Amino acid sequence: MPLIGAKRWLLVGIALAIVASYFSPQFNRYYLGVAIDVGIAIILATSLNLINGHTGQFSLGHAGFMAVGGFFSAWVSLHAGNLSHALWYFPLSLVAGGLLAALVGLLVGVPSLRLRGDYLAIVTLGFGEIIRVVAQNTEAIGAASGLKGIPKLTTLGWTFSFAAITIYAISTLVNSTYGRGFIAVHDDEIAAESNGVDTTRTKVTAFVTGAFFAGIAGGLYAHHKQFLSPTGFDWLKSIEIVVMVILGGMGRTVGVVAAAILLTVMPELLRDFSEYRMIIYSLLIILLMLLRPAGLFSFHFKRRSQS
Amino acid sequence: MDWFFQQLINGLGLGAIYALIALGYTMVYGVLRFINFAHSDVLMLGAFSAFYIAPKIEKVFGSQSVLACVMVFILAAAVCAVIGMTIERLAYRPLRNRPKLTVLITAIGVSLLIENTAQNERVLGSAPQAFPQLITERAIHLGNLVISSKDLLTVLVTLVLLAGMWFIVQKTRIGTAMRAVSFNQQAAALMGVPVDRIISFTFGLGSALAAVAGILYSLNSSIEPLMGVQPGLRAFVAAVLGGIGNLPGAVLGGFLLGLLETFAGGIEGWSNYRDAFAFGILILILLVKPAGLLGRSSVEKV
Repeated sequence: MPLIGAKRWLLVGIALAIVASYFSPQFNRYYLGVAIDVGIAIILATSLNLINGHTGQFSLGHAGFMAVGGFFSAWVSLHAGNLSHALWYFPLSLVAGGLLAALVGLLVGVPSLRLRGDYLAIVTLGFGEIIRVVAQNTEAIGAASGLKGIPKLTTLGWTFSFAAITIYAISTLVNSTYGRGFIAVHDDEIAAESNGVDTTRTKVTAFVTGAFFAGIAGGLYAHHKQFLSPTGFDWLKSIEIVVMVILGGMGRTVGVVAAAILLTVMPELLRDFSEYRMIIYSLLIILLMLLRPAGLFSFHFKRRSQS
Repeated sequence: MDWFFQQLINGLGLGAIYALIALGYTMVYGVLRFINFAHSDVLMLGAFSAFYIAPKIEKVFGSQSVLACVMVFILAAAVCAVIGMTIERLAYRPLRNRPKLTVLITAIGVSLLIENTAQNERVLGSAPQAFPQLITERAIHLGNLVISSKDLLTVLVTLVLLAGMWFIVQKTRIGTAMRAVSFNQQAAALMGVPVDRIISFTFGLGSALAAVAGILYSLNSSIEPLMGVQPGLRAFVAAVLGGIGNLPGAVLGGFLLGLLETFAGGIEGWSNYRDAFAFGILILILLVKPAGLLGRSSVEKV
């Protein structure tokens, strides 16, 4: 089997992640934590990019799916006992969280994707808030006080392996024959429909796939911070991910990954100005929209790689 | 039965506030076709301007007098009208012909900017502050029912403003121009309507209403920089519920949401889900009637 294009990068990414993970005990703990944050942000931004960027459906509820995956896999880990020490356990629990998030994504997506533009944004925002309120009132996952003492299973290796898998899966999906449907829906829904693309199904597929990877990111986040609180998944978190996608340029995978790295590292660098951090952040959004609406990295390189 | 009427009174008070805020959302949507996320922060700024204006006014006109109360409302509304127009001029006008999504994200940015700037200790600070008593607290008893003077004030002010709004939009020259711009911006411009000025006026009017709503909302609670977020979201839901861009729809949606929320909140065990309640209703309505209760469903041109 020849290793061409994206597949080679997937293997290189995973290999690098495993090597880095092997040496990670020697790293500074703070930098290690930031690096894992970056990896999680990459997964979140890339998966939202499939919905917002490639398919052009403006979703403001990504943090909700992250919460579903995070809470579920954390709950499983807290009840798994010794099982959680097994090597196979962690990826399996992450995938389980992702699948549940995907299921919720399906439930949310089927009714709301009939709506367009602003309406869709509001309904997804609403669903995100509903997920948060339900989490706040569910005793099994700690209600408003959240889940504590989640085992620390997230490592550099797992995070970046999953980040590599996410990027690979989404870019191959978009570049496949089926995936052209996403871009067709983005460019012109009516034209796509008259050319035989099942637009509702395409949108739901994008939504469910995005939710799945957001769920995995949530699981990684839960086992990294070891503490989950429903208030951490409010709509500001969703906006944060949306800003990464916009900053990177909607539908540009490389740009979005770069923006995810930039926006995760920047607050750490601005720690000394923490008082003004959020002011700078919101000014950045406005100025970006006024001056570079196509993304910070929108130069004249080829818009999407060849299939 | 008493419980029912008591909740009805409380619900009307809350609904009146939602209706006032929803009008601002729906008017801006009518002329510019985008959701002004910063509207809820204008409401907060309205409450804070009243907070700073009230003590100075009361020194002149006497504490808790009717005249002072009216003056506080008018001045805070004027301050917010200027703020609303400034936001429109600086952030939204340069984006007039850009994709809707760009404007929407800018609006979110403006909202975050106002909230975070206000939370800074050197500006307003994030600690909640007690709102001044603008009117004498008095409870009116009707049999077993209690109507507080604040609820009464809220409903009265709302009714007066709604009548005023109806007059402005339906009977004045500038209201006709507003309707023309919302119907078809290009055609209105061709007929000599100064579109930019009308849009600016719409923002001013909506922001003034938000300021009044902000004061009414604060009468019963303390004020802080994030106080606008929850009523803002609910009012927005109310606007969509009634059919966004439709003025009577916004009022209907506001009252409906206020009543439903009060009744649902009064049921044992449901009150924890209050935050999710408005969105639940919104999703249900949009699935059945995607254009809202009073909205026209438009046929898409290919």
